[in-house]
Amino acid sequence: MISLNELMPALPEIVLACMGMILLMLGVFRGDGSTRSVSWIAVLVLIVVGVVLSSVQNGRMTAFGGQFVVDDFAHFMKWLIIIGSSFAILMSINFNERESIARFEYPVLILFATLGMFMMVSANDLISLYIGLELQSLSLYVVAAFRRDSLKSSEAGLKYFVLGALSSGMLLYGCSLVYGFAGTTSFEGLATLFKSLGGTGPSVGLVVGLVFLIAGLAFKVSAVPFHMWTPDVYEGAPTPVTAFFAVAPKIAAIALFIRVLVGPFGVLIADWQQVIVLISIASMVLGALAAIWQDNIKRLLAYSSIGNIGYALIGLATGTEAGIRGILVYMTIYLAMNVGTFCCVLAMRRTGRMVENIADLAGLARNQPLMALALAILMFSMAGIPPLAGFFGKLYIFLAAIEAGLYTLAIIGVLASVVGAFYYLRIIKIMYFDEPAEVFDRSMGREVRAILVGTTLFVTFFIVRPDIIVEGAGTAARMLLAG
Amino acid sequence: MDGLLREYLPILIFLGIAVGLALVIVTASYIVARQNPDPEKESPYECGFAPFNDARRQFDVRFYLVAILFIIFDLEVAFLFPWAVSLGSIGMLGFWSMMIFLGILTIGFIYEWKKGALEWE
Repeated sequence: MISLNELMPALPEIVLACMGMILLMLGVFRGDGSTRSVSWIAVLVLIVVGVVLSSVQNGRMTAFGGQFVVDDFAHFMKWLIIIGSSFAILMSINFNERESIARFEYPVLILFATLGMFMMVSANDLISLYIGLELQSLSLYVVAAFRRDSLKSSEAGLKYFVLGALSSGMLLYGCSLVYGFAGTTSFEGLATLFKSLGGTGPSVGLVVGLVFLIAGLAFKVSAVPFHMWTPDVYEGAPTPVTAFFAVAPKIAAIALFIRVLVGPFGVLIADWQQVIVLISIASMVLGALAAIWQDNIKRLLAYSSIGNIGYALIGLATGTEAGIRGILVYMTIYLAMNVGTFCCVLAMRRTGRMVENIADLAGLARNQPLMALALAILMFSMAGIPPLAGFFGKLYIFLAAIEAGLYTLAIIGVLASVVGAFYYLRIIKIMYFDEPAEVFDRSMGREVRAILVGTTLFVTFFIVRPDIIVEGAGTAARMLLAG
Repeated sequence: MDGLLREYLPILIFLGIAVGLALVIVTASYIVARQNPDPEKESPYECGFAPFNDARRQFDVRFYLVAILFIIFDLEVAFLFPWAVSLGSIGMLGFWSMMIFLGILTIGFIYEWKKGALEWE
């Protein structure tokens, strides 16, 4: 018999699960008219979960017989996920009403996806890893196709579902091979086993299993060569959903990536490092080059996110504490930049219809100078120009790569970000120097405006107090490597 | 090895009885029942569809909704069997785990009921 105390580390998840189900019942009994209140309650729930998260967290704790682990690393990542999820709900409230797709299932599904991501971040066993991943993915498949009557949205949902199921299959196949050759699914068990191998090295079966595992995870973070779904899904899904896809699931999947590779497979770094280096280079290069030819801003941001994941994977390839810290800082800044940019995309609306072409931004500086300024700051930051936050994200990553002796990776990274700067700067050029296009509707809701202002301020003033986030990330990285 | 095989003897007997019983029933229906075939009776039966048809034909999505809902509850029962058999040794923890699982499932059931997924018309 386990005592309730043993469940304490999972308290945030339990609260989230219960509240998700209560909101589902509330919504279904009150009907779609309750969407607005359900959305606000869902945001409140996420804040409460954040408070609970901060109050129960105390060093490294496990629950459910070692299946579930809470440490500073999980804590840091969960906070990012909470921020991403609540922004996704806030951004959707007005948007969904205007597009007449306001259904109460949306905030509930986001809550369930958040729960799945929490499980992914805290997974300490191949089985709990898979359960978290599936809970997250199944919720995401549905929200991708949330605009049921739109062909593009349905296509996005279906594509994401078919390819996601394929990648889950690969991941599961990898898990079963690892289990078959190692005889355990627990991360601690695997770590002990690999340490005891000594100089003999792992068997071929284990390496094959590991590669399948990496392939499945690479799909979830949309790293090249498993990135094909990203532009289509980003373009087809409703914009708040795209904003959500660009941040929270990426953060959760990269956290899972780090936890699996650095944790149990940390000893086998010689075996997986080359794979990570390869997909990192491929993602950076493709993200930089493919985005140049895009006309649609959501597709452009999709390629931009592929490139950004490439930079984050540099940190993983080092496998060092500095590298992990770099990823955590990078993902925090990436979250702010992306959410802010998507707020601007949400405001691109003419005579009640969404427009998504980059050319539609022409002359925005004259029509809406403040929004143009915010977008310009975000684009400069994405391009990595100091003193904005995006520069520091890349700085920490490249420094870690150089410390670890991965010079090629760092050089290719810098070159790719120079090429990538071209399309970010092109957006600024279009906004400031092109002949003005028609004016956008002044329809940015209060919530969206607040998020845009908040993220822009964060990106601008990160330089004043970078230590707050960098130190938090440092503690998290240290604890992950020590545990 | 012999001991292991002997443990499976009841299954072999069960298989034998199943095959025997099926044979008896099929032959009995040939011998005892009145045979009056027509084309409609002889065509294979498949849930109200013509069995061989163009794959691009429209069909009613409600069949699939019901089938998917059925599968969920079907699987739930599949989980209940091993739980019920081992209830003595898994204790209170096992009991309450299943109760929580059933509770979550009930929430889903209420949702689909209220949404009208169970209404045919």
